[in-house]
Amino acid sequence: MIRDPKDLKRYNASERANHWLIGISFILLALSGLAFFHPAFFPLTQFFGGPVWARILHPYIGVVMALAFLIIFFRFKHLNKMTPADKEWLAKAKNMVDGNDHDMPEQGKYNGGQKVMFWALAVCMLLMTVSGLLIWRAWFGFDITLVRLGAVVHAAAGAVMIGLIMVHVYAAIWVKGTIRAMWYGTVTRAWAKQHHRGWYRQVTGK
Amino acid sequence: MSMQSQDIIRRSATSSLTPPPQVRDHKLEVAKLIDVTVCIGCKGCQVACSEWNDIRDEVGHNHGIYDNPVDLTAKSWTVMRFAEHQDEGGRLQWLIRKDGCMHCADPGCLKSCPAPGAIIQYANGVVDFQSEHCIGCGYCVTGCPFNVPRINKDDHKAYKCSLCSDRLAIGQEPSCVKTCPTGAIQFGTKEDMKLVADDRVKDLKERGFANAGLYDPQGVGGTHVMYVLHHADRPELYSGLPANPAISPLVSIWKGVTKPLATLALAGVALGSLFHYVTKGPNEVSREIEEEIEAEDKEAAK
Ligand code: HEM
Ligand code: SF4
Repeated sequence: MIRDPKDLKRYNASERANHWLIGISFILLALSGLAFFHPAFFPLTQFFGGPVWARILHPYIGVVMALAFLIIFFRFKHLNKMTPADKEWLAKAKNMVDGNDHDMPEQGKYNGGQKVMFWALAVCMLLMTVSGLLIWRAWFGFDITLVRLGAVVHAAAGAVMIGLIMVHVYAAIWVKGTIRAMWYGTVTRAWAKQHHRGWYRQVTGK
Repeated sequence: MSMQSQDIIRRSATSSLTPPPQVRDHKLEVAKLIDVTVCIGCKGCQVACSEWNDIRDEVGHNHGIYDNPVDLTAKSWTVMRFAEHQDEGGRLQWLIRKDGCMHCADPGCLKSCPAPGAIIQYANGVVDFQSEHCIGCGYCVTGCPFNVPRINKDDHKAYKCSLCSDRLAIGQEPSCVKTCPTGAIQFGTKEDMKLVADDRVKDLKERGFANAGLYDPQGVGGTHVMYVLHHADRPELYSGLPANPAISPLVSIWKGVTKPLATLALAGVALGSLFHYVTKGPNEVSREIEEEIEAEDKEAAK
């Protein structure tokens, strides 16, 4: 849906579908994974048809997410190269969090925080995939020390990744006008000018 | 009323603040004492185990050694492991060890298991799998310092020796103990079994086995299956019996306080976000910039 023909296109349909595939698989993985992570979350297995189903399904959903993530990683990698302006943005990130974004340096399609998030999630996804395969007993039987290491890494990187995604989702909720970029792919020009002025200039030529 | 033993001192994935029924807490700790020096490797115990527990493993293949089956399986809860050892005098010693669950006082399987109640420990020390609660993840295999639990490929549940907990419940000894023709396997309170072991060790020392001793490894809090060994200084001789078994540090990190702390940290991130929103307010596009864009549009429309 195009709300205003002058809205700026930020994501095409395929990128959005790719992102949602990751989002859905992540939510399912986090819910089922947390169930094994700590007994307090064990009742979450009921969302999957019981604990045995949660145990069976989780790794397959993991493989789907890993593949979808790999694709998006190569799609967005070149947009997430760190620049001096990003470093400056990061140094001032506290002001941003305080709700005072007036003297933030001009940002391209992604700001420094988003780029840090991109690379942190990529590292987590790599760790989760490798360690997840190591502990997948239905298919593999690796050396016991590797399996133990895998269990530690999978649990630790999983907790970090869930925390990162909470921040990622919250940032999208907090910055009004952002979530629509993931629904219909467009953002308003005012949004772009305020948050990503470099990108705004680039796409509007202003 | 369902039959309940009401003497469960530990239950997997269950906080000690909400303990399982354990009113019957006066029970004495039991132990099975396996005197390796008396065992003749007849495998009567293997057969008795299969009989009593009513499980039939596949008839395997002859691998050219006496071990058969060659490893513990979901359907072989105990196997005899045969090792040939040459002593200092060049004489052959056949070290035959009955392998199986050691029923650790501090069980790595129970610590690792994510399914509430899939592994329990009774007041008498027996560690038992409650298979209907098992989800088949294999974490118990990851946690066990003795490499004992096995996942059954047919029903994807974990199995191991139960120390015949069903027989113990009615005052009988485990079936392997009952069947052993040489008396190499004995059963009783742990205290009594240690006394029996003391006598045996003394006897062995008199017969020239200077390093004879009892295997009751303290790294796992002691075990409820103990061995009398001729070479207690070198347990590895007995088909790799670990000298100092303990729950792996990796498993302790994985299952330690880090998890409740990580859970609190995640709750902190969630609550922190909520309070950030309600204290700082949403990050709206400023009216100023919207007006700039509107002005540009008006300009362009002229
Ligand atoms: C290719 C990717 C992945 C594979 C193959 C995989 C595999 C596994 C396996 C085999 C388990 C043990 C439980 C079971 O057998 O089902 C597990 C547990 C878990 N997974 Fe994954 N997983 C993957 C990705 C993820 C992701 C992206 C998350 C992010 C939230 C995640 C979170 C967890 C958590 C928290 C646990 C519990 C860890 C513990 O018990 O300490 N997994 N995973
Ligand atoms: S396989 Fe079964 S008994 Fe073993 S840790 Fe998983 S749920 Fe517990």
